[in-house]
This record gives sequence, structure tokens and C-alpha cells, in this order.
Amino acid sequence: MSAWSRREFLRGSLVAGTGLAAGIGFPKILTAQGKEPIKVGILHSLSGTMAISEAPIKEVVLMAIGEINKAGGVLGRKVEPVIEDPASNWDLFAEKSKKLLLQDKVAAVFGCWTSVSRKSVLPVFEKNNGLLFYPVQYEGEECSKNVIYTGATINQQATPGIDYLMSAEGGGKKKFYLLGSDYVYPRTTNKILRLYLTKVKKVPESAIAEEYTPFHHQDYQTIVGKIKSFSAAGDAAVINTINGDSNVPFFKELANQGVTADKTPTMSYSFAEVELQTLDVKPLVGHLASWNYFMSLKTPDNLKWVKAYKEWCKGHSIPDKQCVTDDPMMHAYIHVHLWAKAVQKAESTDVEKVLKALEGLEIPSPVGKYKVDEKNHHTWKPVYIGKIREDGQFDVVWKTKSWVRPAPWSEVTYPGRDCDWSNGGKGSFDVVGGKRMWLSDKS
Amino acid sequence: MRALAVVLAAAWVLTGLGGVAAAGPGALDLESAARRLAAPATQKGALGELTASSDPAVERLLRALKDGALYVWKGRLVILGDDAGLTDVAGRPLLDAQGQPAQLGSGQEAVALDESHFGVVQRILERFEVLGKDPAKRQSAAFKLGTSGDPSAIPVLARAIEGETNRDVRAALEDALAKLRLRAPDPADRLGAVKQLGRRASEAAVPQLQALLAEETDPAVRAAARTALQDIDRFVAQRNIVGYLFNGISLAAVLLIMSLGLAVTFGLMGIINMAHGEMLMLGSYTAYVVQEIFAARFPAYADSYFFVALPLAFLVAGLVGFALEWGVIRFLYGRPLETLIVTWGVGMILQQGARLYFGDQTSVNSPTWFRGGVEVLTGLIFPWSRIFIVGLALVALGALWLLLYRSYAGLKVRAVMQNRAMAACLGVSTRRVDAVTFALGTALAGVAGCALALIGTVDPEVGKTYIVDSFMVVVLGGVGKLVGTVVAAVCIGLSNKLIEPAIGGTAAAVYAKVAVLVIVIWFLQWRPTGLFAQRGRAATETA
Repeated sequence: MSAWSRREFLRGSLVAGTGLAAGIGFPKILTAQGKEPIKVGILHSLSGTMAISEAPIKEVVLMAIGEINKAGGVLGRKVEPVIEDPASNWDLFAEKSKKLLLQDKVAAVFGCWTSVSRKSVLPVFEKNNGLLFYPVQYEGEECSKNVIYTGATINQQATPGIDYLMSAEGGGKKKFYLLGSDYVYPRTTNKILRLYLTKVKKVPESAIAEEYTPFHHQDYQTIVGKIKSFSAAGDAAVINTINGDSNVPFFKELANQGVTADKTPTMSYSFAEVELQTLDVKPLVGHLASWNYFMSLKTPDNLKWVKAYKEWCKGHSIPDKQCVTDDPMMHAYIHVHLWAKAVQKAESTDVEKVLKALEGLEIPSPVGKYKVDEKNHHTWKPVYIGKIREDGQFDVVWKTKSWVRPAPWSEVTYPGRDCDWSNGGKGSFDVVGGKRMWLSDKS
Repeated sequence: MRALAVVLAAAWVLTGLGGVAAAGPGALDLESAARRLAAPATQKGALGELTASSDPAVERLLRALKDGALYVWKGRLVILGDDAGLTDVAGRPLLDAQGQPAQLGSGQEAVALDESHFGVVQRILERFEVLGKDPAKRQSAAFKLGTSGDPSAIPVLARAIEGETNRDVRAALEDALAKLRLRAPDPADRLGAVKQLGRRASEAAVPQLQALLAEETDPAVRAAARTALQDIDRFVAQRNIVGYLFNGISLAAVLLIMSLGLAVTFGLMGIINMAHGEMLMLGSYTAYVVQEIFAARFPAYADSYFFVALPLAFLVAGLVGFALEWGVIRFLYGRPLETLIVTWGVGMILQQGARLYFGDQTSVNSPTWFRGGVEVLTGLIFPWSRIFIVGLALVALGALWLLLYRSYAGLKVRAVMQNRAMAACLGVSTRRVDAVTFALGTALAGVAGCALALIGTVDPEVGKTYIVDSFMVVVLGGVGKLVGTVVAAVCIGLSNKLIEPAIGGTAAAVYAKVAVLVIVIWFLQWRPTGLFAQRGRAATETA
């Protein structure tokens, strides 16, 4: 039975509304393949501008696969990684994902970092009914059937950051300077944050400033001058979504012009421990970041994981200085184990069955228990606020009391919109007059 | 201040000796206060009692509570120190049965600080900080007490002012006191505070003054508040203009130092060197390598690395430029298109080489004396690193001018560039002059890269951000004229930094760049030869 006919078959069975038929068809393939390894794809840039962030993700995915194989594999079969390097090139992401799905016939793909790369592979996964695990925090407003989003949604990173800054602990800030690079993630995040600030937090429009700089912008003199005036009364904070290298001149200028973290803290959403290792940390010390995981967390599970990763680094000649763990790495590591557990539970690598098994699935993680939402393909997790230390690590200064529910559609931008893939759900929907209107039906 | 110190010392001794009970009337019973602090029901009341305390033991206790280092352990309250040692609430170290320092094992329970009381604890701790040892902390605590709007902090601030010797901290304390006095019941007090804030042109006090204006009934205070706000506005406007001018000059210096090398290679020699940005990159990486070597080998002199890096960057970029001229460019003289493509290729090779060897992002730490800046006006700081770049640009410009126009070597360079055949006839080795001149241009780029690493990034693609600006400066200035390069850098720098604040919206930085580019294009349409065109035979020769 060829892959093509199987997919046709699946589609037919879906139309008929009987997932059962696919279930009958599948064991044949399994017996045909016998104890052959299960192939999974790794689709992260190992060269080009994104390599700095994405290469460590490949390492932890391989590490997790190694652990699974050591424990006997999945369904008695070994897991075999197929590594593709899309070289930070968005078109190449789509091409390589096509190769992984059609040629290598992988059971799942762990991959992508930037939103552009995710958007570029999305049609490929949806058309070929693949399964993508995406480990990075993102702007939301997406809920694909074929993607499991393990990184944070806006309400699991960005808005808790605001909550913290406005609390007594965070300095009771009342004014916010939203500063970012000019592309989709900062623009969407800030659009949501602005609405969150004005609607939920009742911050007046006049107390919010918004500004974008192009990629690789170097001269932050004027902007820092504006921030200084904006925050003169000591009641303002900066929300930073600047991407990559521009953070260096920005933080240097902040420090040199005497804007201190103590009086005007900067809350950053786009760099973690890995990126901090490459920067001059001194001007950043005391500023804040919001994530679902920090390497410095003192939980037994995390200490164990960090130790295991240090061992891994030694075995793979990764220099000690670069051997750090961070939030996207934690998500990537956990989602490999999530997939394995789901396959084990479903007793099949079939995408439909694995997706079904993933609904509400829980596993232990370095941040405690970790759960896939029952409906919307995102995950539940705690949120931490960390203060940057001299050594490029974070002191955890605040955490949410419990898991935060993932909301791919922000309540402030799309009130009433949510996503449900369980029990015949068709993804994103609006509630109109108490009834669900599926977005896929509208178009 | 001395009297206070005596009181503090006395309190310290008393608590240190465990003489809480023996202390006179009015002294605080630390044990019982701590116990009530630990119980959720009485936490608020206990905090209220501790507000006015100046006992260092109270500071320790509250800090432990705030940091989650206060525990109930074996039925008593203990504080976990940074060294993992345990003390009781009075600060005495605890020993276990063997006489060893006690350790937290199991069964301890952290005392929780109710979230709603966090602010109160913070305020009380700031009162201690404002009398503390670290001037930066004193200043910041003073500022926070001033904005807290809590008049009960007035006595502490007044006490702190008496003993303060640091000028900046004193000013911060006085500002804070004035801000709190804006809410004093006596109109005369308020008037005094308003006048003081106006006199200091304190931008930080604007929200408080506006709040006062909204509720104030006393006409004299109202009038004074309005004047004060106007004074502050005027001061801020004037200060901003100074700031914009400095920003412009600083950007001009950055542009000048970036394009000086290009003014030699492109301006004088007419070589379109697309690898110019990569020559800057070489300088930046030299700074990075020297910094890493110093950090590894001579950590005690880590700050001095920059003085080694600067001349070394000159040498490294110069040598690479020399090799580039000798290996490639000399075969392509008079063929500008080929030169353009070849040097672009060399630039890409250097980029990829840097990426392979150094990875994608590294950064240079400024030496400690380049951190921070000098406060020229209240709230306006000129960063040392930018002042240094302005100075370096001027020095490099002066040196280049002396070399080209006041030295024998410069005479030969100019002779070759203006009339190659004639110079050769007179016995000048044009080959050698070409090579050395090109190397000089790239060496200057190396110095620029080294200096710019202080304020920017170091990454393989950093050259791309420099090259366009450099060419723009040289072309606008007029090819072949040093003075043109200088004037063009100043014009572009100033206009960019004066336009940027004038543009509102969310992407002023982009629009300012676009506006400058449009102006430059328009100007070149009108005067294609740039600001300072070469005239006469030299012009026809280089054209």
C-alpha cells in the first residue's frame, strides 16, 4: 500500500466521518514494516543567521530521541532521526518539509523557529497531513490541525510580563514603551498588548508608546532619549521585542545614557540563555525576561536535565560556554517525549491517532507537570519572570501560581474566538449566538 | 548623621546581645514582632509597627521575608543567609547539637509574604536603603520614596539629607522631599516645594505637579505650580535640542570614521571597494579577539585591551588590504565594474570566513571607563563611548590630512592620483604608491570597525550595515575631496538626528533614514558631482 493511496484513503474515511476505517487499514502497514525504525524529521536551521538559536534545539531533540531509544524505543521500534538543514531560508523550509513528509515518510517533524518559517511549512503539513511539533513562543492567531505548539502563546509569556510589571513586586509600573523589530511577531504581540493594556488593565492610550526599528538597526540614540523622557517619573517600563543583534546597541545605549533596570526595567520576550551567552551581558544585568523555563530553576527534574545536557555537550564537543539550556530547548526536548508517549498510547504512528492520544496528555518536565490542552493543540505551562544576572543566567523573581491555559486567539483581539480539534472539532471557531461558527466553514 | 549612627550602633549592640527585653521603653520586641509577621492574620499589623523602625535587625528580617529566606524551623523563626548558614531573627548564627553551623534539612516551612503587603515591605526597606552605604542604592531609594507619595517618609528623607555628602544623592533626596511636601497640609510648605521643583526643572516631578494643579485650591500655589510646569517644559525643550545636536554630531562622527577609509580608496584612487564593510568587520573582530585573549591571559589588565586592539586593528585591516590590492585589485585598475564584482566576492568570502570561525554573534565589552557618560544637563547624558568616537574621528581626520597634504609621502600619493604618467616619469613608483594608499584606506576602516564595536554589534554581516552609508557619505561629499567627506558626514548625521525626533508614528527611525536618502538623491540630481566637486584637470583625469 503506497503512502499516496493511504492518504487518499484517510481523506475518504474522514469525509465518511469514520475514523475507524483508517484504524483498520493501518495495522497492515505496521506488519509490513515489521521492526523497522520509526523515522522522525528534524527541521531546524543549522547554518545561516538562525543557526545560533536553532542548532541547540537539534541537540536536545537528538538527546531526547537517544533517551527514548535507550529505554527500548517506541512500540518496540527504534526512533530514527532524519536531519534536514533549511539554512535560515524560508523557501527551503517548505521544500525540506515536503521531502521529509513525502520521501522519508516521517511520522512526525520537530522543527521551525521563526514565524515565517512556520507559515511557510504550514500548507505542506496541512496538505499531506503531517505532524509538526513547534517549540518556540509565538504571536498566536493560528491553530492548525497538523501542528502541536509547545511554546508559549501571548497569554503565557507577554501578558504575564505586563501583570508582573504592574504588580507591587514589579514596581507598580503605569506607562509602557513597546519597542520591537519591524516584523510580524513584534507587531502582532504589541497589537495584542496594547489592547490588553487599555481594555483589561485600563491603562490610558497616552501612557503607551510604540516604536519599531528595522533589522540590524544600530543607532538607538533618539529612541533611548525618548524612553528617558517617557520614564522620567519612574513609573514606566520598556517591553522589548527587538530581534537578534540590534539588542546589543540598544542595551549599550540604555546603560550609557543612565537608564537603569532599577528605575526603568526592560522586559524582553525574544532572547533567552542561549542568545545571552553571545552578548555583552553587563549592560543587561537587572533587566527582565519572561519565559516558561529558566536554566537556573532549582527543581530536581531540571537539575537532572541540565546535568544530562552537560554530559551530552561533552560527548558532542559543544564548548562549555555554549552548553546552556533555555525555554525553546526545554519545549523541544519535552515535545519529543510527548510524541513518544502519544504514539505508545495510540499504539500507532498514524497522525490522526497520535493527535487523539495527545489530547490532554501529561508528562513530567523540568518545570513540573506539562500538559497538552484537550482541544487546541497548545500546551499548559507555568510562567516565570527572571532577572538577568552577570553570568547570562536568570534569577527567578516571580512565577504564576498555577499552569496557564494556552489561548491561541487572544481574548482582547478576538473575544469569543477559540480553537477545538477534539471530537470532530474543526479548529478555530467564533461563538455567534451561542453556536460555534467554524472559521474553516466561512472561507 | 553622627547622632544617628550612635543610635543605630546602640540598637545593634542591644539586639546583638539579645537584650531586647532589657532595652528601654519604646524599643521593639523583635521576637514577638517577627512571630506576628510570620502569621498571615497579623502580618499587616506587624508591618505597620515596623514602619518607623530604624533597627538594622528589622531590615534584615524584612529583607528575608521579601526574599523568601525566612523559615519556621523546629518551632522557631530562622533566616537563611546567602552562605546557606542559619541565623535567628536577631542575626545570631545558629549552631546544631555538634556545635557546627546549623543547616536547613527538612520540615522547615517558608514564611509567605502576602502579595498585597509586598509594596509596604518594599517602602520600609527603601527607608533603610536611603541611609545605606551604596550611593547608587541611596539615590534610587530616594527617588522611589519621592514617587511613593507617602508623607510618612518625610522624616527619614530629612534625616538622610543632613548626613549626605554625595552631591547627586543629595539632589535626589531634596527632590524626593519636595515631591512629598507637595501634599503637605500647610500651603507655605507646598509653595516652597513647588518653587524648588520648578527651579531644578525636575522632569521627574511633572506628574506630581500636574496632580497638584488639579486639586490645589490656594491661588499662590496654583500660580507657582503653573510657572514651575512651564519652566520645566521650556528646560526640557532646550535640553532636547542640545541632545539632538549631540546625537547628530555623534552620528556624523560614526559616519565620518566609517567613510574616511573609503574616501581614500574610492575618493582618491577611484576603486569601488565593496569589501570596505568587511574591512570594518575585520577591525571589530580584532577588538573581539584581543579582548578574549586579555580576558583569558591577563584578566587584571582586561580593561586595557582596547589600546592594544586599536593599533592592531589598523595593522590587520591594512595587511589584508595590502594583500587584496596585490593579489586582486592591481590587475583590475581602470575596470571599475570588474573591481566592484570581485571586491564584492572577496567581501562575501570574508563574511563566511568570519561566520565559520566566530559563529554568528559575538560582542565586544566596552572597557569600564567607556561605560556610562557625563551628565551635561539634568537628565541629559553624553556617553563616554560616543565622545570617544567623536574624538577618534577628529584625530583620524587630522592625521590623514597631515599625511596627505603636509608630508612628502602624501605629495607622492596626490601626484600619482592626479597624473599617473607624469608622476611615473618623475621617478615615483606608482605601483608601490597604489598598494600603500589602498592599504592605508583599509587600515583606517579597521580602526573604525574597532571603535564602532564599542557601541554596536560584532557579527559577520555587520559590514552590510556600514557600506551603504559609507558610499553615500563619500559620493555626497564629492569624490576625491577630504573636506567633502567631512561636510557630508556632518550634514547626513545632523539631518538624520534632527528629522528622526520630528517624525511621529511607530517607525521614525526608518522614515528618518528614508527622508535623508531622498534628500541625498535629490541633491545629487541637482549636483551630480557632490558638495565639493573637483575642478580643472584633476577632475577630467579621475572622471
